[in-house]
Amino acid sequence: MTQSTSFLRAVQPAVRELKVTFFLLNRNLLQRISMVIILLLILIAIFAPVIAPYPGHAISDTNPKDKLLPPSSQYFFGTDELGRDLFSRILFGTRISLRTALLAVGLALLIGAPLGAIAGGLGGIADEIIMRLTDIFLSFPPLLLAIAISSFLGPSLENAILAIAISWWPWYTRIIRGQAVSIRERQFVRAARAIGTPLPKIIFSHILPNTLAPVIVQASMDIGGVILTIASLSFLGLGAQPPIPEWGLLISSSRTYFLNAWWYSTFPGIAIFITVMVFNLIGDGIREVLDPRTRKF
Amino acid sequence: MTKFILRRVLLGIIVLLGVAFITFFVARVVPSNPAAKWAGPRANPEQIAKATIELGLDKPLVVQFGKYLMDLFRGNLGNSLRTRRPITQELLESLPATVELVLLSTIAAVFIGIPLGVISAKRKDKLIDHLSRLFSIGAVSLPTFWIGLILQLVFFRILDIFPMGGQLSTEIKILMDIPKVTGFLIFDCLITGNFTILWDALWHIVLPGITIALYPIGLVARMTRSAMLEILNEDYITAARSYGLKERTVLWSYALKNSIGPTSTVVALSIGYTLVNTFLTESIFTWPGIGSYISSAVIGNDYPAIMGVTIFSAFSYVLLNLAADIIIALDPRVRT
Repeated sequence: MTQSTSFLRAVQPAVRELKVTFFLLNRNLLQRISMVIILLLILIAIFAPVIAPYPGHAISDTNPKDKLLPPSSQYFFGTDELGRDLFSRILFGTRISLRTALLAVGLALLIGAPLGAIAGGLGGIADEIIMRLTDIFLSFPPLLLAIAISSFLGPSLENAILAIAISWWPWYTRIIRGQAVSIRERQFVRAARAIGTPLPKIIFSHILPNTLAPVIVQASMDIGGVILTIASLSFLGLGAQPPIPEWGLLISSSRTYFLNAWWYSTFPGIAIFITVMVFNLIGDGIREVLDPRTRKF
Repeated sequence: MTKFILRRVLLGIIVLLGVAFITFFVARVVPSNPAAKWAGPRANPEQIAKATIELGLDKPLVVQFGKYLMDLFRGNLGNSLRTRRPITQELLESLPATVELVLLSTIAAVFIGIPLGVISAKRKDKLIDHLSRLFSIGAVSLPTFWIGLILQLVFFRILDIFPMGGQLSTEIKILMDIPKVTGFLIFDCLITGNFTILWDALWHIVLPGITIALYPIGLVARMTRSAMLEILNEDYITAARSYGLKERTVLWSYALKNSIGPTSTVVALSIGYTLVNTFLTESIFTWPGIGSYISSAVIGNDYPAIMGVTIFSAFSYVLLNLAADIIIALDPRVRT
């Protein structure tokens, strides 16, 4: 058996679980709408350069003669202080928000998942140390640690991603550890131990793949929260830097003008709100589906 | 009982040490040249050398951490780069304004969020449940800073009902004697009976108050709903109903009391969120609290001040959670 097929076989339970979840989610109207919107957002993110009427306005071009114009048929969402089309900038912003959120969550998973599997798989003193570490990280108010880290690393989108991942991983460690503890005692793990499989292999190719389903679900729910966190960091000046059309940064730069240019802060905010809300709605649905007490077959 | 509290306090101390270590790590080990950060963006080599000695950066890390802990213990967070004043003192000065906002929004979370959650659970899947769920999920999805700007746009620019920002009108600040007893403006006006200023202060806190309170109201409503749903299925609720007790008593007394554990945990949690949301909104409303302090520290690259706020907020948050846990533990139902 090759390495890749054995991996596929290992993640099979995770895939099956995700399929069932998806099927159950699809039965609720609000969640169906949310899924359509998420799909739409992904399409916008991919095809932003094609859809945007002024793709050049996303980053570098300026157009001072049309500055701070209200929404019109030429500029759907109006223009900013440099005459850039806000509609185009917000479309490109979808790309940035989704990508950075995925990266941040992915990085947090990459740190958190192995640690959780080690804690749950080994038990004993390693477990104790790792779990106390998660306690300490989680005892910071949300966002605070990310603010501190990104201000010391220097403000940029990449550092914001890193800062969020560093403050977010303990959630995943906790979930995986909980799963791993119960899986450790299952027949197939005992069998693997009995035939002398080395411990690292047991942890990473027998226990870890079987813990992934719930944590992937949790991670997809977190995308909304992470998008909000990135926007907040950018708003404070600690995330994306101009001229990147990140939504939080757009709102931040609108502050000087918004009293006389309502469209400037309104539209980026609506974009954040809708995106975060649909991810939260899906997350709620997933939680209901996964909880055996509320699960309806 | 005593054993539980003792254990919890001990754990709290370990967590505080851990928090101190992480902040130490972020401030002193992560940056390539911490002394340069500490001395400010325009420091000359002499100042940097002075900062190196002040921070003990020439000594081994263990010694540095020991000194760091000693400073924390004495409440010494260093000096701000912009004002050259002790950060602890500046924080204490801006604390009351922030506490006012946080307290207000926590009260709102308890008195609006909890009833909303209870009604929602009682009328599960009815119209009012859908509306309240939509409201609460909307409230936790809104960017706080954006809502602040929108409220200013609508209620200041368009309708001109509420002031744009600040704690008091300029006329009042210039013409009248502002009472200063505890530092908490609204409270001070109340005890000195100064109703003109009180009215003005209340007028000013409306917009920032709503902005900050939305998130905790939504969070608490959501959590109360799910805790209540679980409890309403319990046998003792059926028993209470079959005794013929009034539905109101069953709901608000029997069920709600038993959901107090998860509910108070989420209230404590929401205080953490609220605190951080003040970081995002105070500068919008020129509210003279810790949030405005950290915003201008971020803009001015005032690293000691950023670190000071971080440590201060993290420590208060840990202590708050500790207090919440101990209060919950006093409840006989939780005792083990």
